[in-house]
Amino acid sequence: MELKDKLLSSYVAFENDIDTNSDIHEIRSEAFQNFEDLGFPTKKLEAWKYTSLNSVLKQDYSIFPNKENSIQLADVQKYFIDDIDTYKLVFIDGKYSSFLSETTHDTFDVCLMSSALAKPKYKAVIENYFNKIAKKDNLTSLNTAFANEGAYIYIPRNVEVEKPIQIINFTTGSEAATMLQPRNLIVVEQNAHVQIIERHQSLTSNPVLTNAVTEVFAAKDSTVDIYKIQNDDKTASLVDNSYIEQKSNSIVSVHTFSFGGNITRNNLNFYQRGEHIDSILKGITILEGKQHVDHHTLVHHIEPNCESHQDYKGIYNERSTGVFNGKVVVDKEAQKTNAYQKSNNVLLSDKATINAKPQLEIFADDVKCSHGCTIGQLDDDALFYMQQRGIPEKEGKALLMFAFANTVLESVKIPEVKQRIAKIIANKLNVKIGFDL
Amino acid sequence: MLKIENLQASIDNKLILKGLNLEVKAGEVHAIMGPNGAGKSTLANIIAGKDDYEISTGNIELNGEDLNELAPEERAHNGVFLSFQYPVEIPGVSVTNFIKTAINQTRKAKGLEDMPAKEMLKMIREKSELLEIDRKFLSRSLNEGFSGGEKKRNEIFQMAMLEPKLAILDETDSGLDIDALRIVANGVNKLKSKDNAVIVITHYQRLLEYIVPDFVHVLYDGKIVKTGDASLALELEAKGYDWIKEELVQ
Repeated sequence: MELKDKLLSSYVAFENDIDTNSDIHEIRSEAFQNFEDLGFPTKKLEAWKYTSLNSVLKQDYSIFPNKENSIQLADVQKYFIDDIDTYKLVFIDGKYSSFLSETTHDTFDVCLMSSALAKPKYKAVIENYFNKIAKKDNLTSLNTAFANEGAYIYIPRNVEVEKPIQIINFTTGSEAATMLQPRNLIVVEQNAHVQIIERHQSLTSNPVLTNAVTEVFAAKDSTVDIYKIQNDDKTASLVDNSYIEQKSNSIVSVHTFSFGGNITRNNLNFYQRGEHIDSILKGITILEGKQHVDHHTLVHHIEPNCESHQDYKGIYNERSTGVFNGKVVVDKEAQKTNAYQKSNNVLLSDKATINAKPQLEIFADDVKCSHGCTIGQLDDDALFYMQQRGIPEKEGKALLMFAFANTVLESVKIPEVKQRIAKIIANKLNVKIGFDL
Repeated sequence: MLKIENLQASIDNKLILKGLNLEVKAGEVHAIMGPNGAGKSTLANIIAGKDDYEISTGNIELNGEDLNELAPEERAHNGVFLSFQYPVEIPGVSVTNFIKTAINQTRKAKGLEDMPAKEMLKMIREKSELLEIDRKFLSRSLNEGFSGGEKKRNEIFQMAMLEPKLAILDETDSGLDIDALRIVANGVNKLKSKDNAVIVITHYQRLLEYIVPDFVHVLYDGKIVKTGDASLALELEAKGYDWIKEELVQ
């Protein structure tokens, strides 16, 4: 059976398990209809010109894992940032693991989407925010139709959450192939502050397809920092759809670290609804083999006096392929916008490819918008200089790559996350020197 | 220490060195002078191991070991240091981290543990004082936005840290004002010993007033055509190179 047909028939079974009398269910039904009409994206769509899901969609995915799987902490501890105290929302094959998680309902809520959906206490928040900024496109609609499990994070006014929150989705490979559709809702009220670390991790080489949707609402004066660590097994594919709405004076940063996986598609969308907003989008991509990562970013400047900063660094080896499609829209009212976009790429092999496509749609006349895209090789003169000082070629190349990626790495605010990323990069480059750049 | 015999080398099929001979012993300072395009920088780069050059014949030996067989980093581990005419800018790598990595990689190649952090800091402090380098300068990205003088001082600072056996200074005096020249020369002189050797490549006599050479060689058209003592540099400064060309014709 085709995956689409399988999903359509699974929906009936899904409806048996959930409350179909809620407002949310109306949204789900509409989204389901939408997906039925649109189907999966193909390369004929401009937005999917460089990324084909065909090979990924051929797998016979199980849509709902049959059993509850447990895993030992010792087996997965390495995937956590465990050298600092954090809240954790851990899902195993799409199901919540209370054993591995650490939630709270103290002054703020870090809990499960399914329980938030079920409890009247959260009704007002859910009704105000759920699916309010997510696009009605194919894959987001598919996720919305099946939306039930994921992270629900609500930070009230003036609360500064000191511990970062980790959201980790594990797949155990208990099924031949697994499809996951996590749905996260993050609401950060006025002058509140939260840091979130996301990770998807497959524990076997059985294929996984994750179609995730995260909605983030950042109210006035709030600060939200999100770190996405994508270092999954080579048989795991991910479509990560993030939608972020910001109000006046808020600062939201998203760092996307793409090192692993088979096909990874990041749809990162920012909507600025207020003044003096800062949106920060940063990424480091290091790929090898036949890996493919597609960064699709959108920053929509709707009101005046706002800024956006995009800085993506990519290093592509072997036959890996990358896409950077960065779209900046500046509405007529959004005067004094300062939008900055940079995509720098290094190709280490003749067979590696990068497709870079900056798109600027500017309707205001008093704005500063810049974009720059470079594609090059490592600097041979710099490498020789290092070798002359006794640094071997492999380590010299690694140091150059670290230095290249450093403008992104240095803006990571959690030192333990920065160290972890540096370690993953060092492992990936097969060097054993700790560069504290 | 260094022995070069009948070295012939070309780049992009253009012959640059046409049978060059040079012998440098421990404790000596050699100056190599010569007009533009004579092959001075080519010689420096070949000793350091830059692979843009094709060596057709000739030997380069360092303490009896054939340098041609070694990668640039292995030559560095054996004590070859080149102060670059145009030091490369490496954004994102601080001076301190670069030199730490260079020292520890060199130690690793010799089977030694990393230098203890305290010892490293002490050495960095001493050597930066020797070169009159501001501490703030050490945390800046390597050579990025450095003035010409800062770049050259940084080269000699690295030389002081790495303590090479054979240091080649490729036009280290170019771009230096008189104060910086004095500081750089003073640094080089402090590092000189009976166990190491220095090759100074320069166009001008003024650096040689501070770093006094035992031998002055004239490199012309890919060969060393004349060798003398320090007074030869003065003569070249006064008379240029034409008289040497004329001598050669005769």
